[in-house]
Amino acid sequence: SRPPSHNIVPTSLILCATYHSEGHSGQYYTLPPTHIQKLFPYGLPPRFQLQIKTFNEGCVMVRPPALELISYLKRADYSKPPLRYVLYGDIGTGKTMSLCHALHYCYSQGWLIVHVPDAHLWVKNCKELLPSSSRPSRFDQPIQASQWLKNFKITNERFLSKLKTTQRYVWTKRESTEKGQPLGELIDQGVNRMKSSSDVVGAVLRELRLQAGGATEGEGAFKLAVAVDGVNALWGKTSLKKEDRTMCEPEELTLIHNLRKMMKNNWSGGAILTALSQTGSVFKPRSAYLPSELLGEEGFDNMEPFVPVSVSNYNEKEFESCYLYYLDRNWLQHPHSRSEEGKKELIFLSNKNPSILERLCAFL
Amino acid sequence: MWICECGILQDVSLQCAKGCDVVFASCLSACRRANMAASGCRGVRSILWKYGSYGNNLFVSRSKMVPQLPLRQIYVASSLWKKNLAAAGPQKFTQEFIDKQVEEFEVGKRHLANMMGEDPETFTQEDIDRSIAYLFPSGLFEKRARPVMKHPEEIFPKQTAIQWDAEGRPFHFLFYTGKQSYYSLLHDVYEKILAIERHQDKMRNKGLFTSDTKQILLTGSRWLLKEEIEENLVENISVQDYMRLIQLMELLLSMPYCSLEEEFILKFRKQLEVQSSKYEIPALQYDPQGVAFSVADGRRKSAKASITLRDSGSGNITINGRNYLHYFPVLQNREQLMFPLLFVGMMGRFDIEGSVEGSGHSAQAGALRLAISRALLSFVSEGEVEKMRQAGLLTADPRIRERKKPGQEGARKKFTWKKR
Repeated sequence: SRPPSHNIVPTSLILCATYHSEGHSGQYYTLPPTHIQKLFPYGLPPRFQLQIKTFNEGCVMVRPPALELISYLKRADYSKPPLRYVLYGDIGTGKTMSLCHALHYCYSQGWLIVHVPDAHLWVKNCKELLPSSSRPSRFDQPIQASQWLKNFKITNERFLSKLKTTQRYVWTKRESTEKGQPLGELIDQGVNRMKSSSDVVGAVLRELRLQAGGATEGEGAFKLAVAVDGVNALWGKTSLKKEDRTMCEPEELTLIHNLRKMMKNNWSGGAILTALSQTGSVFKPRSAYLPSELLGEEGFDNMEPFVPVSVSNYNEKEFESCYLYYLDRNWLQHPHSRSEEGKKELIFLSNKNPSILERLCAFL
Repeated sequence: MWICECGILQDVSLQCAKGCDVVFASCLSACRRANMAASGCRGVRSILWKYGSYGNNLFVSRSKMVPQLPLRQIYVASSLWKKNLAAAGPQKFTQEFIDKQVEEFEVGKRHLANMMGEDPETFTQEDIDRSIAYLFPSGLFEKRARPVMKHPEEIFPKQTAIQWDAEGRPFHFLFYTGKQSYYSLLHDVYEKILAIERHQDKMRNKGLFTSDTKQILLTGSRWLLKEEIEENLVENISVQDYMRLIQLMELLLSMPYCSLEEEFILKFRKQLEVQSSKYEIPALQYDPQGVAFSVADGRRKSAKASITLRDSGSGNITINGRNYLHYFPVLQNREQLMFPLLFVGMMGRFDIEGSVEGSGHSAQAGALRLAISRALLSFVSEGEVEKMRQAGLLTADPRIRERKKPGQEGARKKFTWKKR
């Protein structure tokens, strides 16, 4: 393990997420490796994953938006319909990271996590688009659905045997899942049979919705955290085309349709955490970052009412902390970057934007 | 080339002036035929010798030729017959011609003034230039290629008149030196030197000799260049001649009473232009709140930028209403913006509000950088200004897109070179 750092701001505190508070703002905490493997197989931003690989540890900075979110989660009443939280902000300010931080809190509290790492992946660049087996006007995306089911399985293993299906699902003439089967079987069905995987996803989500607030006692009780990154993809446009070369609407995709049902608050016993994203979005201008711009009218009406949480660039203290962290990990190799003037240059060139700063330091 | 049987030199053409038929069937002949026949020219020359004929692309069929004379044809290049234009030298104009041009110019000037509705009496050269630019607008980049109406003195090169009389006797006594105006000038200068020395002796005799007489002001002017002196003398002089002349003038200047010949000396000095292109430091203005700010412009390629630099800020930069991080996603452009502030060491001190338009992102960044440097001049000391100038922060980048030339793909790229 590393020698203790001499910085004023301690760079890594291995804290349980429950104990994070405003006093810790600006400090880094380490994600336990087991948690990273289980919870975030594809959830973290790609550059952060590279950083984890390089530094051999995943350190996340505690920042006010995440703290705000966690405090809401602590105080919410889970017998009522779920609250929708929307993280919004400029590009590269840390929306996905804050979402992951809050999700880690939920995971460490033992919630069941439904995490869509990037909803934009479901509306663009899909190689296979099959007409749905169950409904004629819809389209399936078997690859994305089965991938998601695999991840879901990894994340929520301990729940799979406990939860049971509430109705019978018929997939084909020969395959069906009976009522009362464990959820794990349903998921295996989806993973093995790619053709019906999208419908399996829909079924899983439906089951979870029904059972989330249901049992409030004992063993069956669980809280459901629905985390969607890039939620503006659900109501935007797709870049997929049907066979007759017309554009696909998001409703016509099974996955999107089911996810939209999840976004409605007609269930109880959980929370909906979402983050907007412009970088992956289809046909949206780069300067758009507000919820009204990115969600569009339809999306805004659907998501309303929600709790907006704004994420912004680093302030002085946070920048200082990030800079010291990189220094500590010997990431800033260039001798000039260790001096005061170098630090001022970094502040100017990145304007204290987290992602730009990270990219800048990567080649120093 | 042929000589037809009547002995007249004939070229490609068919018919000799005298009428004997020499029919010519080379590839060139068709057009020449028309020309030559029309002009009935004697300039067409062909030499037909008495030996055998050996012509590749000539074939002659003649009717009425004397059959027993064998013919040999000799090739002579037609460039021999063309006038050697280069050997003639620059075009010579007679004095009457020049006078006529001057007359026409004056008349034309009055016409132009009437056309423009101005008074012909007070119509100056500037007015002429203005009117011509108005009547004949030209988009040519080369200013010297545009239509111009100037006094014939300025247009026709100065020429020497005939320097000897009808009997061949030269007018000037120094004609046989070859550079009569130059040597006569040297003689004049020496005369003046002698005159000053005589004046000096006179003053000494009277006892009024003083060394501190009125000196000629030579600052802000320079000696005429060799080319300018050649232009004045209308003859060529060598470098050594020029240096000798300057030496003599310096000698003249070194004498105490040279102010007597001030007018003569100043004819050989040219006033240097005032440095009007020097940039003034923009004035420091103050806000109602007392915050100092300065405004400056900058240009690069075809991008124009204008900024307001405000003191006691925190390093925010807004360009065209957007944050500079959004306006310049490319790192290089942000570095360009940073450089003036970094160089002067005032990084977090200023707030910048700028507007820029035109050209591309790099040019806009360059224009903004120049504007920031200029605005910083008013916040910075003299020594720093010099340092900035040496760092190249204050120089406007003169590079501009090079024109595409005909016969090439682009400015420099040529079409594919084929060996044959």
